[in-house]
Amino acid sequence: MSLTDAGAPERAAGNAPPDPDRQRRGLTERLLAVRELSLLIALGLLVGVTALRNDRFLSGQSIKDLLLGCAILVILAVGQTLVIVTRNVDLSVGSILGLVAFATGSLFLSAPGTPWPVALVVGVALGALCGAVNGGLIAVARVPALVITLGTLYAFRGVDYYWASGRQINAADMPPSFLRLGNQTVLGVPVLFLVALVVVAAVGFYLRSYRSGRELYAIGSEPAAARLSGIRVGRRVFAVFVASGALAGLAGVLYAARFGTLDAAAGTGLELQVVAAAVVGGVAIFGGSGSAYGAALGAVLLTTIGSSLAVLRIDPFWQQAVVGALILAAIGLDRLLALRVAARLRGRSAHGA
Amino acid sequence: MTADAPGTQAPLLVLDGVTKSFGAVAALRGVHLTLHSGEAHALVGENGAGKSTLVKVLAGAHAPDSGSLTLDGQPLRLGGPADARAAGIAVIYQEPTLFPDLSVAENIFMGRQPLRGLRRIDTAAMNRDAERLFQRLGVRIDPTRPARGLSIADQQLVEIAKAISFDARVLVMDEPTAALSGVEVERLFAVARSLCEGGAAVLFISHRFNEVFDLCHRVTVLRDGAWVSSDDTADLTVDEVVRGMVGRDVSSLYPKQDAELRDTLLDVRRLSRAGVFTDVSFSVRGGEIVALAGLVGAGRSEVARAVFGVDRYDAGEVLVAGRAVPAGNPGRAIAAGMALVPEDRRQQGLIMELSVERNATLARRRALSRLGLLLGAAERAEARQWTRRLQVKASRLGAPVATLSGGNQQKVVLAKWLATEPRVLIIDEPTRGIDVGTKSEVHRLLSELAGQGLAILMISSELPEVLGMADRVLVMHEGRLVRELPRAEADETSIMFAATGQGATA
Amino acid sequence: MAHDSLYAAPPTAEAEPGGGRLASVRGLLGSWDAVIVAALVVAVLVASLTVENFATGRNAQFLLLDLMPLALIALPMTLIVITGEIDLSVASMVGLCSTLMGQLWLSSGLSLELICVLVVLLGAVLGAVNGLFVTGFGLPSLAVTIGTLALYRGLSFVVLGDQAVADFPADWTAAVVRNIPGTSVPVMVVPLLVLAVIFGVVLHATAAGRALYAMGNNDQAATFTGVSVARTKFWLFVVSGAVCGLVGIFWTLRYASARGDNATGLELTVVTAVLLGGVSIFGGRGALLGVVAGVLLLGVLRNALQLADVDANALTIVTGSLLIASVVLPNAVADIRARLHRRRQRQPVAS
Repeated sequence: MSLTDAGAPERAAGNAPPDPDRQRRGLTERLLAVRELSLLIALGLLVGVTALRNDRFLSGQSIKDLLLGCAILVILAVGQTLVIVTRNVDLSVGSILGLVAFATGSLFLSAPGTPWPVALVVGVALGALCGAVNGGLIAVARVPALVITLGTLYAFRGVDYYWASGRQINAADMPPSFLRLGNQTVLGVPVLFLVALVVVAAVGFYLRSYRSGRELYAIGSEPAAARLSGIRVGRRVFAVFVASGALAGLAGVLYAARFGTLDAAAGTGLELQVVAAAVVGGVAIFGGSGSAYGAALGAVLLTTIGSSLAVLRIDPFWQQAVVGALILAAIGLDRLLALRVAARLRGRSAHGA
Repeated sequence: MTADAPGTQAPLLVLDGVTKSFGAVAALRGVHLTLHSGEAHALVGENGAGKSTLVKVLAGAHAPDSGSLTLDGQPLRLGGPADARAAGIAVIYQEPTLFPDLSVAENIFMGRQPLRGLRRIDTAAMNRDAERLFQRLGVRIDPTRPARGLSIADQQLVEIAKAISFDARVLVMDEPTAALSGVEVERLFAVARSLCEGGAAVLFISHRFNEVFDLCHRVTVLRDGAWVSSDDTADLTVDEVVRGMVGRDVSSLYPKQDAELRDTLLDVRRLSRAGVFTDVSFSVRGGEIVALAGLVGAGRSEVARAVFGVDRYDAGEVLVAGRAVPAGNPGRAIAAGMALVPEDRRQQGLIMELSVERNATLARRRALSRLGLLLGAAERAEARQWTRRLQVKASRLGAPVATLSGGNQQKVVLAKWLATEPRVLIIDEPTRGIDVGTKSEVHRLLSELAGQGLAILMISSELPEVLGMADRVLVMHEGRLVRELPRAEADETSIMFAATGQGATA
Repeated sequence: MAHDSLYAAPPTAEAEPGGGRLASVRGLLGSWDAVIVAALVVAVLVASLTVENFATGRNAQFLLLDLMPLALIALPMTLIVITGEIDLSVASMVGLCSTLMGQLWLSSGLSLELICVLVVLLGAVLGAVNGLFVTGFGLPSLAVTIGTLALYRGLSFVVLGDQAVADFPADWTAAVVRNIPGTSVPVMVVPLLVLAVIFGVVLHATAAGRALYAMGNNDQAATFTGVSVARTKFWLFVVSGAVCGLVGIFWTLRYASARGDNATGLELTVVTAVLLGGVSIFGGRGALLGVVAGVLLLGVLRNALQLADVDANALTIVTGSLLIASVVLPNAVADIRARLHRRRQRQPVAS
């Protein structure tokens, strides 16, 4: 990354046509790329160091476990990115996941012949419904999503407990075709991870290349300006919460397929990991910047840290502490980067008067 | 520019009998406005006259309660900002409304980005188009850089690029020059003129009459939400416009009286802050008003902020009445007898959500405490005393200060600081965005305070204000004090000469 | 003063469009305290009449003891939220303080008195770390305290693993649950009340309290008025940490157990209580009385429903709904009022 080089020719070269390379990938995009690159490097270092200590870390089985382990978090983090980019946050995703997972189990319990695609659609729809509740309440109350989704975090979980009333659903209650979904691999890659990849690619592409996707960034960057430029802020934010709910619903169905054993506590506390993944992945907590790819990398990094600690024979109780430290480091680094970029941009602002 | 009366053809945009109320308050009462193609039209009026509401109506942000809009003879209904834009009405707001995290090009084309296959955004085309727009404006801004960190002037340019990018037929500019320096204003006017030549209509709102007369063919005056007059600028004088706005004659705008000069109260020695200002030294005596002039961005406000302790400085010292004031601590500066009326009233001067009373006593909260306890009664008494002295017009002291007019808000800021009984008053843009009537009240008050022995440092971008009020003028250019002019030598030419850096070597 | 004649037109048309609405929300929030207190009274009455064993001394004692951690942490949290910040790491600080108390008791040989002092100091240090990140580095407190939430909880597991320390002296564990002689009110309520009064006075009747509201509404304007925004916020986080230290001690002794997962999830309940009490999440608005009433309301409802055999976990529906209602209702009511007002305005024009 060469911010310094980029600034100099621009000032020096009087009316020269802009450098074609710069034209293709603008400064704004490159700043984002730096963030994603640094995550990849961190991930590479982590894997490298761990593999040096224990070469089984790079065995097929171990990698498969890793990919399987991060798939659900990746999907949730991507959904959360959509929300955080608009300067909101969805704390209810863990509860939605739990509720949908239990609902999926219950569906198979009450209608054993249900084909799994139906269960998938029902789960996603239920998640979207929960998201719509969030979005609707936020529209009515006009308070930060933090408050509303904190409320629905409790409420959805409470509904889950109320419904389950202590019951547990086991793998035996679900069709094998569905459970295979959770463990099957294609060319050695778990299906779950492929699903996550599709979600990341789709959302990442959408956020970057579509007008409505860019409007989400505009809303998060400056809500008042967004309104004045004719962006339908309320509608977009509502849609974003429905999308986040739907992705949490998808994650819930996949959770059911992967773990098989379900009670009302599934996914408790997951929301913080999800927010952590997004923040570590460079999604600014106050909106306007970040990418789905970054958030996904953040989720992979958090999961990998978990497995690395085990391989490195570090007390697994350290994992959560490391995650916390990582969040602090990530936001601290972002801040530092932002300050330095801002200082440089101020220098560039002095165009020929 | 002369008014070559383009009034012969049919009008482009007509507002007829537009009325808009907010609750009990009638903001617009049957306003008429006619814009012709190729015309620059000024809209003037005191604060609260309804100009901003009219702008919001044109922008589609407010729906009028009654009255009609006609564009090209066709009735126009605006359901939201998107409709206004589709109709070719572009609005440049007083404060730029950019997205700091997005690239400049995206800011220009948000919602209208050029597309390629699969309805994807064509980023390269978008950047090229933005580049072309800037070329047309004669400026160089990298379209791919984020909008964050752009100077106010550059932000305005991006707004203008946005406006011309969709071939606006009506360009509304709500006090666009408030934050611009002379050169930048000229550039903006050049763009506006070329737009007019291209057949667009420009609606220009400003408190600066020289700009109004420089740019515009016609002037519409609003007072208390009602239409007063629309005339050719060629047939008008500034006094007539002001009389229309205020509804009566305004005798003298700038009545600084001579006051006896006393001891030096504020002494600033070799103050420096890397990249912001360098080696700034000056002093202000009791009874004296010293103006700090210069272009926007010359570092005037930054010096004021550093002197008062809001910002840190790297070197130098600040003395009040011979005693050093610790750096970087506004609380200590207040204790030493300093007061700062900041440039941005809404963001820095007041806490808009709090009551008039709380705002007026905020700086005195410690002094009003007894045994550490601060009781409402003490605050109320103090606030009542000072708002009465400054004649703040508020429905009640408990009302949020946001419900007051700009001029009355400025009076609350002044009340807040005068209540601390300062010896040194630093006042940054004392009359920005306030109406003519209150403006002279503020000037009179400043003169009176100097007469009482206060040392006043005034920062102002309005040259008539500087020339009328100041005993001495200090001129800053690119972070340095380049010139000191006593009252007798200060005139528009000498100040602008120094402010643009040409007098520095002389 | 002489400048009277110049201002002619009364400022009729200049009220902000949002002014009316702002005022009505504000008027409503002014009475929000009353609404919550009334809701509390109703809840207590209904519960006493319909729920068996609710109106007994023994239940009152348990109710109050259960409420202690929530009530204590809500005090500094109120101040923090009023300044526009938030501290989500409180429960993790309680957990870490609790496990450190256990570890120190297990292995250090220090007296329990000294350990208690150290634990409160430790809490203050943990809070100072939050404060440093928020005010020193200028990071958003939401993100910082989500980070320290994970960090401190993780560390509390590091300290004790999944073990518990339980062998605290019986006279200490009995002391925290003892009642004031002759009543069914726990002794511990006394320090709580003292703290509540101190926080209330600081917030509502001192220069520092005014500064808190000022910076919560607009920290830049507060700075320009001589408020040390960063320093004040830093110390609020320190106080929050110290109070969490106290709660850690209380929690450990009350349940005679120092465990890594102590008080997990309490942060969300605390935030709920504070918002239910009418404090604006945007900062700058709220009162301590409302928060105290909010804490009690939350406690009474949960206790009553638990006595009525509702599954403890399903009770979270109540917490969540209360939180949502507390933010949705005032806005909805203000909307309806504004609409009615507008209609009344329009009628004379039409006729």
